[in-house]
Amino acid sequence: MTRRKASLQWIAVHSLGVAAALFFTLPFVFLVLTSLMSDSQALSRDLVPHTWEWGNYRKVFDTPGFLTWWRNTLLYAGLGTVLTVVSSLPVAYALAKFRFRGRKLSLMLVISMMMLPPQVVVIPMYLFWAKQLGLSGTLWPLILPMACGDAFSIFLLRQFLTTIPDEYLDAAKVDGCGELRTLLRVVLPMARPGIAAVALFQFFYAWNDYFGPQIYASENPGAWTLSYGLESFKGAHHTDWNLTMAATVLVMAPVILVFFLAQKAFVEGVTLTGVKG
Amino acid sequence: MSAGTLAAKRRRATLRTLAFMAPWLVGFAVFFAYPLISTVYFSFMHYDGFRPPEWTGGRNWVYVFEHYPLFWPALRNTLWLVVVMVSLRVVFGLGVGLLITKIKTATGVFRTLFYLPYLAPPVAATMAFAFLLNPGTGPVNSLLERAGLPAPGWFGDPGWSKPALTLLALWGIGDLMVIFMAALLDVPAEQYEAAQLDGASAWQRFRYVTLPAISPIVMFAVVTGVIQTMQYYTQPLVAGKVASGVIQGAGTQFEPGYPDKSTLTLPQLVYNLGFQRFDYGSACVVALVLFALSMAFTALLMRRRGGLIQAGD
Repeated sequence: MTRRKASLQWIAVHSLGVAAALFFTLPFVFLVLTSLMSDSQALSRDLVPHTWEWGNYRKVFDTPGFLTWWRNTLLYAGLGTVLTVVSSLPVAYALAKFRFRGRKLSLMLVISMMMLPPQVVVIPMYLFWAKQLGLSGTLWPLILPMACGDAFSIFLLRQFLTTIPDEYLDAAKVDGCGELRTLLRVVLPMARPGIAAVALFQFFYAWNDYFGPQIYASENPGAWTLSYGLESFKGAHHTDWNLTMAATVLVMAPVILVFFLAQKAFVEGVTLTGVKG
Repeated sequence: MSAGTLAAKRRRATLRTLAFMAPWLVGFAVFFAYPLISTVYFSFMHYDGFRPPEWTGGRNWVYVFEHYPLFWPALRNTLWLVVVMVSLRVVFGLGVGLLITKIKTATGVFRTLFYLPYLAPPVAATMAFAFLLNPGTGPVNSLLERAGLPAPGWFGDPGWSKPALTLLALWGIGDLMVIFMAALLDVPAEQYEAAQLDGASAWQRFRYVTLPAISPIVMFAVVTGVIQTMQYYTQPLVAGKVASGVIQGAGTQFEPGYPDKSTLTLPQLVYNLGFQRFDYGSACVVALVLFALSMAFTALLMRRRGGLIQAGD
């Protein structure tokens, strides 16, 4: 009786699960299928390619600018991530482990900065970078600020560092380490999962950023990133959904690949951001 | 120990703190405090980037609230998105989170599949949905028509563009799913057993055990959802651009909020005023409205013993 009920429930739950799985995966499937259609078939209502046009992906790479966008994106995401981690770690360490006046206030200001939409300060920032420093048409206005710490990364690292017991730090100090040596020799190795999570989030942030490149790089296609350049694909190829979708797949794929390679660090980061105290 | 060395020690500690905090202190001054003050200043100026700024008193403010044709539509859209998109996301996120805790076979596979869309870069995900939902050749409308159902115009129809964006937002539910899943697994099992012994039905157990236990997380999801909606920019903009067919063509001007202002959001107004009309003063007025709204909800987040600050303290 209850066993029958249990197996009925198993069937109900797993049918719902399969239905949900279809909702989440079918868009990817249609995306990839369309990216492999011929030009004329992509204009039809067919769902599955007649001939598999792997050459579409080649054509995307041959599109003028596409490789430059890749390079720019890697520069923005790569250099930006390194700068963010290096500058945010000492701040997070101070907020987690030093006792000083204004610590609570600083933490509240960090959270406020985290919640600040970039559009709020973009006018003065644009005038500063473009008019005073003449850096519009490049990605430097987006990369350089990352040397000054990133609020979200500081917050996340600080959460992680508070979980390291003080005894380890005290032991290092008894051994004659200064704070910097303690940070580099003791804290850094223990904070590796937190750093990995921060690096991942920052990499994804830069990879996905659309507003930043739109403001600072739009005037110079040589400085575009993938996320910004992608929509121009639709413009250049008009109705060629197949090539546009192939380019879309190529923008999504690295993020998903990185996720699979670093799933553990990622999940750790997600739990740190929200619920866990 | 003499007073002198104690003072010296304290000074050393202060210097050390300053040294460690230095990157952020510079960042706070240059990228937060200065531009924020500057935004307030420019909101009272007429400035087009060429001629020097000129004091105009409250004229930009009057213009934005009374004459700028895009302000109220954008605010109304934001309200729509807060009411419909945020609540649907919370309900759906909770539902999917609940489902994943009940799935006992191949849980890891299901979890990964449910989570993946959240990772899709916003521009790419929007392009994908613009294709999937395009009224001409899109697979969704093909399937709907084959099933004999009405096929809406989605991103091309002012009445359907926000529902289409909502669908896109529900697809990327992974973040909420993970948060709800963790919260649901934290509910003590004894409470369920006790309720079951008392003869509570499945719904009653959900209503009187689960919901009270996870209510702080629901609150957290609602408030962060509202904050995210204030900042909602890339998806509505890209969807509007693709649907209108105007993309970065030289000299072509994109009609903001296509179709019929239905996808306008507040951040888009800052771009429209500042970078399309070169009216930096009025752009700063909208920026300050955006700032006030974001900070009000952030304050709510910090007061509530929900997620963020509970963690922060």
